[in-house]
Amino acid sequence: MLRYTLKRLLSLMISLAIASLVIFAVIEVAPGDPASFMLGINAQEDTLAALRAELGLDQSKLQRYLGWVAGMLQGDFGTSYQYRTPVAQMIGDRLWVSLPLAIYALTLSTLIAFPAGIYAAARRGKAGDIGVMGATQIGVAIPNFWFAMMLVLVFAINLRWFSAGGFAGWDKGTFAALKSLTLPAIALALPQAAILARVMRSALLDVMGEDFMRTARAKGLTRAQALRRHGLRNAMIPVLTILGLQLSFLLAGGIIIEQVFYLPGLGRLIFQSISARDLIVVESVTMLLVFAVIVVNFLVDLAYAAVDPRLRART
Amino acid sequence: MSLLSVENLSLSIRGTSILRDVSLQLDAGEVVAITGESGSGKSMTALAVIQLLPEGSEVDGQIVLDGDDVTAMNEAALCRLRGDVVSMVFQEPMTALNPVQTIGAQVAETVRLHRPDLDPVKRASEVLTRVGLAPDLIPMSRYPHELSGGQRQRVVIAIAIACGPKLLIADEPTTALDVTTQAQILDLLVQLAGEDGMGLMMITHDLAVVAQMAQRIIVMQNGEVVEAGNTSTLLANPQHPYTRALFAASNHQVTLPEIAQTTPLLRVKNVVRDYVLPRTRLFQRPATHRAVDHVSFDIARGERVGLVGESGCGKSTLTRAILGLEAVQSGSITLDGAPVFSGGTPDLSVRRRMQVVFQDPYGSFNPRHRVARLITEPFHLLETRPDNTDERIAVALTAVGLSPDDAEKYPHQFSGGQRQRLAIARALIIRPDLIVFDEAVSALDVSVRAQILDLIAELCVQYDLTYLFISHDLSVVRTITDRVLVMQAGQIVEQGATEAVFTAPTHPYTRTLIDAAPILPVSPKTKVMP
Repeated sequence: MLRYTLKRLLSLMISLAIASLVIFAVIEVAPGDPASFMLGINAQEDTLAALRAELGLDQSKLQRYLGWVAGMLQGDFGTSYQYRTPVAQMIGDRLWVSLPLAIYALTLSTLIAFPAGIYAAARRGKAGDIGVMGATQIGVAIPNFWFAMMLVLVFAINLRWFSAGGFAGWDKGTFAALKSLTLPAIALALPQAAILARVMRSALLDVMGEDFMRTARAKGLTRAQALRRHGLRNAMIPVLTILGLQLSFLLAGGIIIEQVFYLPGLGRLIFQSISARDLIVVESVTMLLVFAVIVVNFLVDLAYAAVDPRLRART
Repeated sequence: MSLLSVENLSLSIRGTSILRDVSLQLDAGEVVAITGESGSGKSMTALAVIQLLPEGSEVDGQIVLDGDDVTAMNEAALCRLRGDVVSMVFQEPMTALNPVQTIGAQVAETVRLHRPDLDPVKRASEVLTRVGLAPDLIPMSRYPHELSGGQRQRVVIAIAIACGPKLLIADEPTTALDVTTQAQILDLLVQLAGEDGMGLMMITHDLAVVAQMAQRIIVMQNGEVVEAGNTSTLLANPQHPYTRALFAASNHQVTLPEIAQTTPLLRVKNVVRDYVLPRTRLFQRPATHRAVDHVSFDIARGERVGLVGESGCGKSTLTRAILGLEAVQSGSITLDGAPVFSGGTPDLSVRRRMQVVFQDPYGSFNPRHRVARLITEPFHLLETRPDNTDERIAVALTAVGLSPDDAEKYPHQFSGGQRQRLAIARALIIRPDLIVFDEAVSALDVSVRAQILDLIAELCVQYDLTYLFISHDLSVVRTITDRVLVMQAGQIVEQGATEAVFTAPTHPYTRTLIDAAPILPVSPKTKVMP
């Protein structure tokens, strides 16, 4: 297990190094000069040059790449061209919205999907299964921004249980903060839950056809016991894969939902920075998201090994 | 009173009749075998006794086990019964165990379910010791993938006997195992049944396995019991025509034509094939496994050569090397002087002279292609497609006992035996110099197997076939080959004329193999003269 973990860790490092190179290269070749963008089209040539020097844009590409990576390793993501504030601080503020939102949504989606998937698998072909599968079909098909607006309409405007948008801030207390994240989390969670429930169901049905489930029944286990003790863990591999993908998606992919609920999250930050050619912010946020995806994959790999002893052996 | 008494059992699944009026008895301490070909209903009879039938099953009749009718029990009562009064051992040990639980936990689970008075871990260790997996040799913390097939089957047996059941049902318990392992598992089952006074119900398609261990045999065909009786009486004097046919097919002998010439066709010289094992240390050369170890032999034109050995002996690796699918580390393999392996781009002139027939008649055809396209696939090896394709399809189909009209059908329209005929037609159509039969009859029922063996023998007369027949089934190799190679741990430990090797083996391993293979006693009435 230790060797497996170390190997995964090594591949994590390599992925990160390659990702940083790719991100830097892609953003460098993107057209648009941040300095001229910031100063407007009537700027003087010497003012532009001065600003470029200040932003470090006159250095060689290699120097800038190394400076960028070295800075990130020390927690210094540079200074935003646009706002002239440290990028690390901007990201930090936004992360405190996006990360709790992603985890909140993932928790909701798991809590809905696991019981729904297990229930449907246990009642394969019966009314319960058809009902759950029909619901997930709708869940997959509904666009989440539309669903988000419906939530606002019902729970914020009509019932007035939640505010229609904005983030209360953690300084107003955990409850208030979570409350303002609840509607966005539901809007994000439902389509994910629908997918996850379908994966859970089909993984369980595959496992239920396995020989060892028959062995379990021949031991005298009831159908439900066999499913719980022998089926679930064997069905976890595909489910974990999807869970990992969903967490990565939720971190960055909440951009539309953040717009609908007017949340100061990472998605909106990256969107605004791209419009303003604030390259240093775009670079840093992208790198952070890539980092998150790679770390999530690493955790999923560890979870695989925890679930399946055969993977531990094959280091 | 009998331990198990099945009276007029009929079963239908979703309207299809599977069993009709099956009646049988089994006493405590008795070993009863149920035999028959696929679709005879033998496994369904077993599943009916333990009440694990597929969904949509409708049962009629009585199954009285230990005084109670199991067909009238509710699910809770059945769960108490299963694993405690009646247990089951399944065919496929590789998949019958939960891959993510230790073997100790899986045995202990049964004990915990039915015997709260016993210490489950202690009991598990006792039972595993009884089946030959003492925890000081094979720790209970092992996972199934860390055990061999035979060891896994022992774990399955340990699970089954953990609570001392009165009836043990074994459904083809050794079909997936090597002959030597098969002999050990059969001995173990009979020994356990004897020691505990268990009734043992053996489901098997292999009459030879049954002949050695069962006191009584029940023969089933198409969901009905056609004959039942004491083993010795039934084997000596089978009454029902189906039993006789089954018996004859199991002992089927064919006559091969004499070999005309003896110029070497395939020459395998000092071949070595190593596999690189996973790296254990980062900066160390990874270890290698020698799958084929300095193997040399020739096959002369017109010669029929057998290759026998147990799983893992290197048969498959050697086969791939002969077919030119993989490079070898040293040595040479030539077909009529030309090397069979020519790097990444296959040498068509050599490859078109060799064809192969695989084991699985279901998996080896693309289900979306018609027969005409499937069996003409080897034409891709020719520079130009022959003009008389239709004619050659008709000839090939006729040669394997099918009709030229079958060319427009899809593979799913054929039975397993017919598909294997198609596979042979596919090999023949290009008129190869050498055919490799890789376990080509192993997946077939005995009667179908007998027909395919006859077909191969006929084709030897018509086409002067030269072939390498790879099989784990010694009785088949004995009748269908002139010369045999015995392989163990990557080496050919013995080779010689088939009959001579079988009657007087010189290598101890050959003797072990022959002794372990179950033999059907040949009764005078059914003996087929060669």
